[in-house]
Amino acid sequence: MSWKISIENLNAWFGSKHVLKSITMKVSENAVTAIIGPSGCGKTTLIRCINRMHELSPGARVSGAVLLDNEDVYDRNVDPVMVRRRIGMVFQKPNPFPMMSIYDNVVAGLKLNGINDKRRLDAAAEKSLRLAILWDEVKNELNKSGASLSGGQQQRLCIARALAVEPEVILMDEPSSALDPIASAKIEQLIRVLSKDYTMVIVTHNMQQAARVSDFTAFLYMGDLIEYDKTKVIFENPKNELTEKYITGEFG
Amino acid sequence: MKKQKHLPNFFSNLRLKSKIIYGKRGFGDLLFKTITTIITLNVFIILFFMTYKILEGSRLSIQTYGLSFLWGTTWEPFPADPSKMPSFGALPLIWGTIVTSSIALLIGVPISLGIGLALSEFAPKRFNFVVSFFVELLAAIPSVIYGLWGIFILIPFLQGNIYPFLQATLGFLPMFQGTIRGPNVLTGSIVLAIMIIPTISAVSRDVFSAVPNTQREAITALGATKWETAKIVINYARSGVIGAIILGLGRAVGETMAITMVIGNSFNMVSSLFDPGYTLPSIIANEFTEASYPPVYSSALMEVGLVLFIIALFINALARLIVWRALKIAKGAETI
Amino acid sequence: MNKYMLRRRKSQTIIILAYLALVVALIPLISILAETVIRGGIAVNLSFFIEMIPPLGQPGGGIGPAIQGTMIVVGLASLIGVPIGVFSGIYLAEFRESSLSSVARFLNDVLTNMPSIVIGIFSWALIVTVVGWSVIAGAFALAVMMIPIVTRTTEEAIKLVPATIREAALALGIPQWKTTITIVLNSAKKGIITGILLSIARISGETAPLLLTILGSRFWFGGFTQPTAALPLSIFNFSQSPYSATDWPRAWGAALILILMILGINVVVRYYTRERYG
Repeated sequence: MSWKISIENLNAWFGSKHVLKSITMKVSENAVTAIIGPSGCGKTTLIRCINRMHELSPGARVSGAVLLDNEDVYDRNVDPVMVRRRIGMVFQKPNPFPMMSIYDNVVAGLKLNGINDKRRLDAAAEKSLRLAILWDEVKNELNKSGASLSGGQQQRLCIARALAVEPEVILMDEPSSALDPIASAKIEQLIRVLSKDYTMVIVTHNMQQAARVSDFTAFLYMGDLIEYDKTKVIFENPKNELTEKYITGEFG
Repeated sequence: MKKQKHLPNFFSNLRLKSKIIYGKRGFGDLLFKTITTIITLNVFIILFFMTYKILEGSRLSIQTYGLSFLWGTTWEPFPADPSKMPSFGALPLIWGTIVTSSIALLIGVPISLGIGLALSEFAPKRFNFVVSFFVELLAAIPSVIYGLWGIFILIPFLQGNIYPFLQATLGFLPMFQGTIRGPNVLTGSIVLAIMIIPTISAVSRDVFSAVPNTQREAITALGATKWETAKIVINYARSGVIGAIILGLGRAVGETMAITMVIGNSFNMVSSLFDPGYTLPSIIANEFTEASYPPVYSSALMEVGLVLFIIALFINALARLIVWRALKIAKGAETI
Repeated sequence: MNKYMLRRRKSQTIIILAYLALVVALIPLISILAETVIRGGIAVNLSFFIEMIPPLGQPGGGIGPAIQGTMIVVGLASLIGVPIGVFSGIYLAEFRESSLSSVARFLNDVLTNMPSIVIGIFSWALIVTVVGWSVIAGAFALAVMMIPIVTRTTEEAIKLVPATIREAALALGIPQWKTTITIVLNSAKKGIITGILLSIARISGETAPLLLTILGSRFWFGGFTQPTAALPLSIFNFSQSPYSATDWPRAWGAALILILMILGINVVVRYYTRERYG
């Protein structure tokens, strides 16, 4: 399997707090990679470093390289805005744009990048909503406010919105932690389907979810990458004692 | 070997190949920041020119009268004796401003705190919304309409019913002696009090409501009455209340039209509440448009404006200092 | 037991006093509104709106020019004040941490609390000495009063937009400035507009700065460099007139119109921003 993202010696700080310590790993293309670990281990920071969102926080600092198809996104000449167009992100709490309809939410990324041709927008909206397994539920109410949907539907709307700009990678930060079990299961199903065409990186504190959904798993503890391997190996045969302790629930 | 994507590429012009990931960095961001920064400078420019112009306008008067302007008690733009120079002094104005503002606070603060408490601690929530709305309406009424109401309704009422009563009962005090005229210092203070009530009570209500419920629950669990609980809240929100009062003071000092219309506009060191008086803002409002000659006349009025300007700055700085210190104390308390 | 009864009694008394304070404060409100409606109502008729201002003591006429004057001066002031206020507010909200920001915020505060007569003097010294008693000077004075208010309300409105909305837009690859102008401003729209409306209501009632800038006039608008009439000035002038029969009702009539304008805006804003229950 070829890799899509290569993280090389990535360090990250919040002010003087060293939150990521020399992370090195390669993320496989068109597969699901889960990042697990106890609270505060740096998993959210790690994915936010991939699409250059971490640096938006006050006092944030990064060193090291993140290669997307052989180009370092942290290169001095690279515009972070461009990076974020190729890498999409879905957040923990669904955050549809409040004043916009479902349709406007989905095509927001396209419109703001200058695409105004109604046919293209309509087609993109339908395609993204289908991919996000939301089309059938909302196809007759595309003009309703984005905020009028249930939690699970809002999250799928956010996924559709991210898909509409055709990223190559999708990062998800605890995508179903704010949702009920049924909605959560739908998201997991969605993740598996999307992974055929997109590189997925999922942060989750739910180990069972990681085991169900991912092909590869990385275990982070206090900013260090403890172990990174095929999911099957991590959960059935972890090589590191710390990993085993976490998996068996001894802490975190 | 790249996997085939079976998704049609709508975005192919935006789908970046390796060369295009290097792009023009943040030109739009720079432009945005530059434009908004420049526009934000407006407040610096305005205050600079304000200071400059007022100083420039007062210069003649400052040169002519010096510091004695501040304790001078005569105001004669056109002296009866033509050989005499015009004389201007601001003491009665400063005194008038002090007296009216102080009494306005004396009357207004307890009422405002009462309202703040009633709305935040004692009354049910539905009630709060409706009543707050009405109190805020009081704040929306323009000064000149307060003045109008003051002239035609408040003054006859006070003059007919309240003032004689006050003189009859408290007339042994010098401040309640003298001929009772309708427009006087007390009337001005009362109107001022009414005008600052919405300000002080709204801020008080907000700072009281912001006190965490845990504080109330702690003391109530010990068996406190509603008032005793309210006392804890007031104590906790102490600095906010002081800030509110200073805000009210600022408003009272700067108030022009309503005061001008009911205070009697008489230049003298008032010794009784029933005397007509004058304040710094009202003399400007009354005389500025007519003060084209002699030049030192309008300069003197400018200097009155300068005094007012400095007082306003001082009150503002004081409020800031108190709030800043209060925040420090609160932050300190939080770490416990 | 006795001590507890005393404490309870004290508490109840204070509560009653607090409610009394409320009543005391509302009495003037009711009185002002009622008297304005009653005394102003008799003076207001169609000609009141459309006729020129008569000299003091002369019957007939109306305050048409005053209504027109207020609208023109307030309109011009808003044209200047709103953009400047909104853009400064955006700066203060988006670049919160910069040192320029803290100083600007403080100075803004100072300007907000500046007595309106001082702003009047300033406007006189800056503009009237050059252009004469004029609409421009009046609009300038009112704009100076409006800018700090709109700056603050805009900043507050933008601060209320949750960070997560901003992040969602950024993650889609939308540049920071575009995110602010489209997504953030859109979400803050309500707050910004109500801030603007309330500041317009506020400056419409201001008299002192107009006293020293537009001077007042009996005639219809005659040019931006000419003096003009305005509602608050008319109220003041008529109230100072010795002719009670002709002029005092006019003062009340003008007051009625002014109050309807201002309270109208206030009520619309409160309705527009009410919290929806359920």
